Amino acid sequence: MNYKIVSYILGTALKLEAIALLIPTIIAACYGEDSWWALLITAGIAAVLGFVLGNKKFKEGRYYAREGYAATALAWIILPTVGCIPFILSGTIPNFVDALFETASGFTTTGSSVLTEIEHLGKGLIFWRSFIHWLGGMGILVFILAILPLSGGFHMHLMKAESPGPNVSKLVPKVKETAKVLYLIYAAMTVLCILTLLISGMDLFDAVCIGVGTAGTGGFSIRNSGMADYSVVSQACITVWMILFGVNFNVYYFIIRKRFKEAVCCEEARFYLIAIVLMTAAITLNVYFNNYREEGLFTAFHNSFFMVGSLITSTGFGTVDTNTWPLFSKVLMILCMTMGACAGSTGGGFKVSRIMLLLKEAKKEFLLLTHPNAVKTVKFEGKAIEHGTMRSLTNYLIIYILIFIVSIVVLSFDKINFLEAFSATLATINNIGPGFGIVGTFGNYSSLSVVSKIMLTFNMIAGRLELLPILMLFYPKTWAKHY
Amino acid sequence: MKIIILGCGKVGTVLAEQLILEGHDITVVDRNEKVLRNLCARLDIMGVTGNSAMLDTLIEAGVREADIMMAVTDSDEINMLSCLIAKKEGHCQTVARVRDPEYEKELNYLQNEMNLGLVINPDKMAAHEIIRLLNFPSALQIETFAKGQVDMIKMRLNADSPLCNVALSDLSKHITSNVLIACVERGDEVLIPSGKTVLLEGDAISFIASAREAVTFCKECKLEYAPIRNAFIVGGGKEGYYIASSLQNNHSKCDVKIVEIDEERCKFLSDAFPDVTVIHGDGTNRNLLLEEGVSGAEAFIALTGNDEENIIMSMLNKGATPKTVHNITKIDYLDPVHFVNNPAVGSVVCSKKIVADAVVRFVRALEQSSDANMEKLYTIANGRAEAAEFLVYDEPELVGIPFSKMNLKENTLVAAIIRKKEMIRPTGSDCMKSGDRVIIITSNSGLRDLRDILR
Repeated sequence: MNYKIVSYILGTALKLEAIALLIPTIIAACYGEDSWWALLITAGIAAVLGFVLGNKKFKEGRYYAREGYAATALAWIILPTVGCIPFILSGTIPNFVDALFETASGFTTTGSSVLTEIEHLGKGLIFWRSFIHWLGGMGILVFILAILPLSGGFHMHLMKAESPGPNVSKLVPKVKETAKVLYLIYAAMTVLCILTLLISGMDLFDAVCIGVGTAGTGGFSIRNSGMADYSVVSQACITVWMILFGVNFNVYYFIIRKRFKEAVCCEEARFYLIAIVLMTAAITLNVYFNNYREEGLFTAFHNSFFMVGSLITSTGFGTVDTNTWPLFSKVLMILCMTMGACAGSTGGGFKVSRIMLLLKEAKKEFLLLTHPNAVKTVKFEGKAIEHGTMRSLTNYLIIYILIFIVSIVVLSFDKINFLEAFSATLATINNIGPGFGIVGTFGNYSSLSVVSKIMLTFNMIAGRLELLPILMLFYPKTWAKHY
Repeated sequence: MKIIILGCGKVGTVLAEQLILEGHDITVVDRNEKVLRNLCARLDIMGVTGNSAMLDTLIEAGVREADIMMAVTDSDEINMLSCLIAKKEGHCQTVARVRDPEYEKELNYLQNEMNLGLVINPDKMAAHEIIRLLNFPSALQIETFAKGQVDMIKMRLNADSPLCNVALSDLSKHITSNVLIACVERGDEVLIPSGKTVLLEGDAISFIASAREAVTFCKECKLEYAPIRNAFIVGGGKEGYYIASSLQNNHSKCDVKIVEIDEERCKFLSDAFPDVTVIHGDGTNRNLLLEEGVSGAEAFIALTGNDEENIIMSMLNKGATPKTVHNITKIDYLDPVHFVNNPAVGSVVCSKKIVADAVVRFVRALEQSSDANMEKLYTIANGRAEAAEFLVYDEPELVGIPFSKMNLKENTLVAAIIRKKEMIRPTGSDCMKSGDRVIIITSNSGLRDLRDILR
């Protein structure tokens, strides 16, 4: 382990967080709220820590994959820890575990909240809560890659550790350029999203907060009533943008470069869109006959579409209380939550491409049963999938299920029912936000015990980094100085 | 610049390594996914798996936007075909590796008709390098500048050399010839010398001199200079072929002996070169070599396809045959850094390094094609220093100003001015004129324009 490069990257990430903290500081000061000093002090703390860690001059030593994974994992632990200080200092969330849960939920774009009264926070802290969705959505280290002059193939490991999906590929030959392209697309789409929300009639502050929250597929609402207060047009805009941010960003890159054929041929995006259509249709019919007979088919469709878009992209905004929906719809929503968005998007979840690969591999197994000597390669996006990818995918599935089981066992000590424990675990590990029951769309996580909250915080960070980088921190050989 | 490299064998790899240092955007294409993945994990480049002669693969690699495409797969035909496709489909310059001697004669036709920017033949380039070394025994490395008027020669100082413990400012007291010491390698260090630098035993010095002066200098320094009378080559591959044909053409007196393990190849060689003695046998068999008179050979050239064999043969031979003036070892796969300047091995020729030099030069020239005044570029001391030749244009910052008044960068040396076929060793009062050729030595990398020498 080359500690110097790890500490240098952590330092840079903290410096970046210090700069990011200045934006809500200014907003809080503009609205004349007291929380500005809490934000400013935190920015100072982040800057000092950043300079202490980042100023060790590191020689161009040797560093490999393990340093990249460790740096990413540590950064994702340190950033929420520092980022939660303003909530504690301002007294809005005095408990450290609660504040950490809230901030980790922000950075990992989960959107699970422990707050019962959101509007108490004040505009500055509300903005900070939503803004970290945006930072965490595309990834902080990816941003660092876009600006930091590092050389060597090493940064690809940083990018791999932070970007979601089984197969992270570059868009252009250089990592730095790839990171820049991704952030440019991301920023441009965010601005467009905010503009459409403004046009649909939202006021500026709400549009910006919801816009950055949608872009990162986060899901913190900024009002106690969630999204229910906004007009149907605004809600429809949010739905479309959520779905767009859940598409693999490679598709947008192809569109920009006028490579339409490749963009249309993206198997993953097609599967994702078809899944959204089918799920929406099924849930619409189900809730129409059970809940929305009087309001009409359109309301049923609108709410179903919003919830499918919100859950499949792992955003987690809510317009209606889904606890009253029939079981069939809930099961379909759980399926949406499990699958998640496309790899290479800002969405979370198990990822469409993983599901597709597993289905294809299962289909291949049937072929091998009928023709034991058949040779068959699994193809995805027109390319043969090699054995190593499939192997790490099945291992990922096993680890995913293991963490899931551990989490449900830990949560079972709390005073909640099985659906709540299951959906809370699913909602945090897949970075979605709301589950069902007391943690549903209009509920929150405040009534859970401290142990449960710590477990769910771990789930969120592990889920955001696709499990392995975080688990690597617990593997003793990672820390060996000489290997 | 956006560069596509087809094939990531040893040449493709070294090209990617060198060009990434120059800051280009590189995409590598290869059929073998495993090799590609390893390379992409090590360097900041993009990999595309596929057949490099297929349009689909090339488009995926971005041939339509690329500036240069280099085809260096192991097949000449695929390389040429890829370049043809790239020319039709994109607007890039193309570089092709064509190494089969059969195509050698048609190279001009191919280059013109297919509009290739550069044809590289690593074996031929290595053979030329070896021939240059043979013409100048006891040199570790020779580069030529100004169309062959000026040589830069690297040699090692022995204990009995009169140059040992001499400061460069006192050099003229010891020798009369007009040479300039351009670069001194001491251990792992590379020095761009100043007047105060003192030469020590064991230093590898690179000096710049006209061909005539170089001979006198070698005599004065008690370095041997005599054309070889016979050469002993182990390995009759493509390099061996080119060397034999060159030695036959130019040195009618030179007696060439080739040991080759493959019988068919032996027949082919003896067919091609009636005057060369071709011996069918294993070059690592010491008895066979002794029987064939290796102890009397003035030049011993190890050219088999196996680096380890070449190194071992050279080391054995170096110790056992005092008559051998020149011991040349070809290294293909291993990193030559560990063997260059190693007295136990002798001179090392590394074809992939020669190719990389040529390609980097080509790319740099394209990059500043608006005022392309760089004529040649060599990396010396394994890339830790560079020697570049420039044609001087009318630039007010440079022309007519005495060097003593110029604010040159550190570790940069104007080593020679070639004016009307005369080499001038620059002093503080000299100045450049339009139309001159100048040779710049620097240990700062990235020299692209003559103006880069100024602070």
